Amino acid sequence: MLSKRIIPCLDVRAGRVTKGVAFANNVDVGDPVTMARYYYEQGADEIVFYDITASNERRGIMLEVVEKVAREIFIPFTVGGGLRTLQDLRAVLLAGAEKVSIDSGAVRNPGLISEGARAFGSQCVVLSMQVARREPGARLPSGYEVVIDGGRLPTGLDALEWARRGQELGAGELCVNSIDRDGTNLGYELELTRRIAEAASVPVIASGGAGAPEHLLAVFNQAGADAAIVASMVHYGRYGLPELKRFLRQNGVEVREPFWPQRSLS
Amino acid sequence: MIAIVDYRAGNLSSVARALGFLGHACEITDRAQAIARAERVILPGVGAAGATMENLRALGLDRVLLERVIGAGKPFLGICIGIQVLLDSSDENEADCLGVIRGRALRFPSTVDGRRLKVPQIGWNRVNLLREHPLFEGIPDATYFYFVNSYYPRLTDPDAALAVADYGLHFVAALARGTVMATQFHLEKSGAAGLRMLDNFCRL
Repeated sequence: MLSKRIIPCLDVRAGRVTKGVAFANNVDVGDPVTMARYYYEQGADEIVFYDITASNERRGIMLEVVEKVAREIFIPFTVGGGLRTLQDLRAVLLAGAEKVSIDSGAVRNPGLISEGARAFGSQCVVLSMQVARREPGARLPSGYEVVIDGGRLPTGLDALEWARRGQELGAGELCVNSIDRDGTNLGYELELTRRIAEAASVPVIASGGAGAPEHLLAVFNQAGADAAIVASMVHYGRYGLPELKRFLRQNGVEVREPFWPQRSLS
Repeated sequence: MIAIVDYRAGNLSSVARALGFLGHACEITDRAQAIARAERVILPGVGAAGATMENLRALGLDRVLLERVIGAGKPFLGICIGIQVLLDSSDENEADCLGVIRGRALRFPSTVDGRRLKVPQIGWNRVNLLREHPLFEGIPDATYFYFVNSYYPRLTDPDAALAVADYGLHFVAALARGTVMATQFHLEKSGAAGLRMLDNFCRL
């Protein structure tokens, strides 16, 4: 059967990783290419880069990063952050990303999901959503609201409804980030993840809150996530990916054992 | 020189980057001459079988592949959609394919034993070898590879099967007959195991 995926996430601003300083000895850990290679060698199943560059002028820097990563990393990687047009998606994919992650751009223009899926295939369009917990009501039956622009702007969209719509429009995967849990290290929002995973017929990636191996175990076993994003818990060296995978395997979760061949490859 | 067949779809550059990393010269091309002259040929990519076959035919490359590459006994490697176009046909757009290997590409069922199966399959799955083959040299049984597919090959020519994987059902994940080889999984996205297999192909 398909294994559960662990996906380190790197925030990149103007070509530099903004978090993540402590893990590798004496290497330039601000360099996204170095960090991506490190995680690749540690057995990451995929890598996600979020471009948090504020201005459009600097987008070219991110494309250079993508090109460099693509020449060295031979697992899938996703690029997100500020992608608004079909041209944006095309540029990132041509630079070598396997998938694009669209977020606020898709809320403002849902056609971006269908256009992207038609042009490049559903498998490379990840609909990412930032979700906040609210009081359930007529307008928000699930009690979960989609927020955009880095969590600042509420949209009034019900997260379950948006997940369903995004999938219909052609999103190949759904990445669900709880802004209530993001940065807390308290664990994933299991209820939110479970409800979306139960409703979805495409893979669901859980995001926001991972701080301990038990959190990954819970999001896979209790919430039914297909993949889980990890950030600070691995960036700051508190946990290593091999250690997380060992823990999950011991607890009955199928995770990929990376293979490194005997013969050296260039 | 290795020719990567450009059939105007899919992201072909990731295979070229992997070959570049391994130090093998390659060219992404849609030119019949270049493909006919290449030492080896790779047909990679994601996409729909129908559209892929239409593009190959429009470019006249179906005949080149059949007569100048496969028929001429040159090593040929199909990846992902490249395994499906080798078959007789595909459920996807009811496409007629190259007919090199007897079989048909079928869509994964949406439920198995009453449980929902997510389609496409996206992620890392174990590949179990059915027999030894130079393409898998150095690759242990049950190694994980990266898959992205809604359709899987069902062979009526079971001797061609090389490896299987399990996604709701057992399906053929790799096949080989003579100098024709193909994998349903993405060698260019499967880490060191995928690179090793690409390298194996280039050394055949």
